[in-house]
Amino acid sequence: MATPKKVTVLDYGSGNIRSAVRALEHVGADVTLSRRAEDVLEAEGLLVPGVGAFAAVMKALKDVGALQWIGRRVAGNRPVLGICVGHQVMFEEGVEHGIRTPGLGEWPGSVELLPAPIVPHMGWNTVEPPENTRLFKGIENERFYFVHSYAVQKWQFDVTQPRMQPPAVTWAEHGARFVAGVENGPLSAVQFHPEKSGDAGAQLLKNWLGTL
Amino acid sequence: MTVAIRVIPCLDVDAGRVVKGINFEGLRDAGDPVELAKRYNAAGADEITFLDVTASSGNRETTFDVVARTAEEVFIPLTVGGGVRAAADVDRLLRAGADKASINTAAVARPEVINEITERFGSQVLVLSLDARRTTDPGCPSGFEVTTHGGRTGTGTDAVAWAREAAERGVGEILLNSIDADGTKEGFDLEMIRAVRAAVKVPLIASGGAGKPEDFPPAIAAGADAVLAASIFHFGPVDMIARVKRAIKEAGFPVR
Repeated sequence: MATPKKVTVLDYGSGNIRSAVRALEHVGADVTLSRRAEDVLEAEGLLVPGVGAFAAVMKALKDVGALQWIGRRVAGNRPVLGICVGHQVMFEEGVEHGIRTPGLGEWPGSVELLPAPIVPHMGWNTVEPPENTRLFKGIENERFYFVHSYAVQKWQFDVTQPRMQPPAVTWAEHGARFVAGVENGPLSAVQFHPEKSGDAGAQLLKNWLGTL
Repeated sequence: MTVAIRVIPCLDVDAGRVVKGINFEGLRDAGDPVELAKRYNAAGADEITFLDVTASSGNRETTFDVVARTAEEVFIPLTVGGGVRAAADVDRLLRAGADKASINTAAVARPEVINEITERFGSQVLVLSLDARRTTDPGCPSGFEVTTHGGRTGTGTDAVAWAREAAERGVGEILLNSIDADGTKEGFDLEMIRAVRAAVKVPLIASGGAGKPEDFPPAIAAGADAVLAASIFHFGPVDMIARVKRAIKEAGFPVR
């Protein structure tokens, strides 16, 4: 058997992280739950969970000194996977109740309220992964579990340099089309909860481990 | 391309054991909530709900243990209700591995607790469990009244107005249980579902009255985003969740 991949789940006081740890262990990862810089920076993969409000998550990340860690990992070509609000904070800003909160700014774009008749968007929805996806390989037609009211509805990352690998963007729809997943070099993020998406979610995490 | 209608089995748990005996073939321990949650997960349940009916608070520790053991093995959303009175109770459930908590009597007694919980953990963690019954009380213009204590106590509060207030205060979802229909197996109270649906934007889970798979599509047509039931799944054939989903799909609604 191959050596288990070492993954750190960033522990900054966000909701139910135990499920993320267990789901990763379930697919064979060697998981550490930590907020120590060395664990976060040295792990083969970093998972950034997140539930609740965008502003609260950004504040919690700041409080544990984690704001620069994601950028540092990406600069060093070290894989990161953001989940739910951990996906949203990778973008430039979040707008909740009219208040703009700066995000980590790894990608351009704004996280805004979904214009849907029923909000939160809660439950199992389909996704539309692109051809060059690695995360959704073999699970392109599965449903995943979403719980959120806000989303990135415009993808504004234009790759103009022909030498750059274009990001793989997966879309979903609830009231509007929104970004359900991004795979951009070492940085990936999904709006849904793979750790709560049964077998399909387990396969996605396994696919991610395969990229480490 | 729309979100699937969720089918949610609900288990009553007392001091760590499932209360109503459940009759499934091949179950090692039919009283073990973890075994049952695994079985329902394998049968295609979209979420699992535990209702903690433990009377003595001293036995509540067993509930946290059950939640933790379930979250170790079942990777779909888990909601836990019963005994949730304050943000600290929600915190303990989330730490044990629950994804959502449902609140009932405590929110009726002190609605501010909804704001306290959702400001701290976000709207998505809190489900308002609303037990409602039909009434002619002029204080309830919708014709539906909020009840507490498992439907035994009327409150004189209008159920539709309470649903609206709870949504404004921040609950992420409403579990609407018809006390009149509950246990009848004659179908959901569709008028009640329509009335609450028209008043709130949050997802609505319908409960109470399901007796056969054909009872579910009308509840969805009336505005439910999810359906929750207990005995039809516990005492029905093992493939009842699949049968219910088939009925929903044949009526033209998406399922997983």
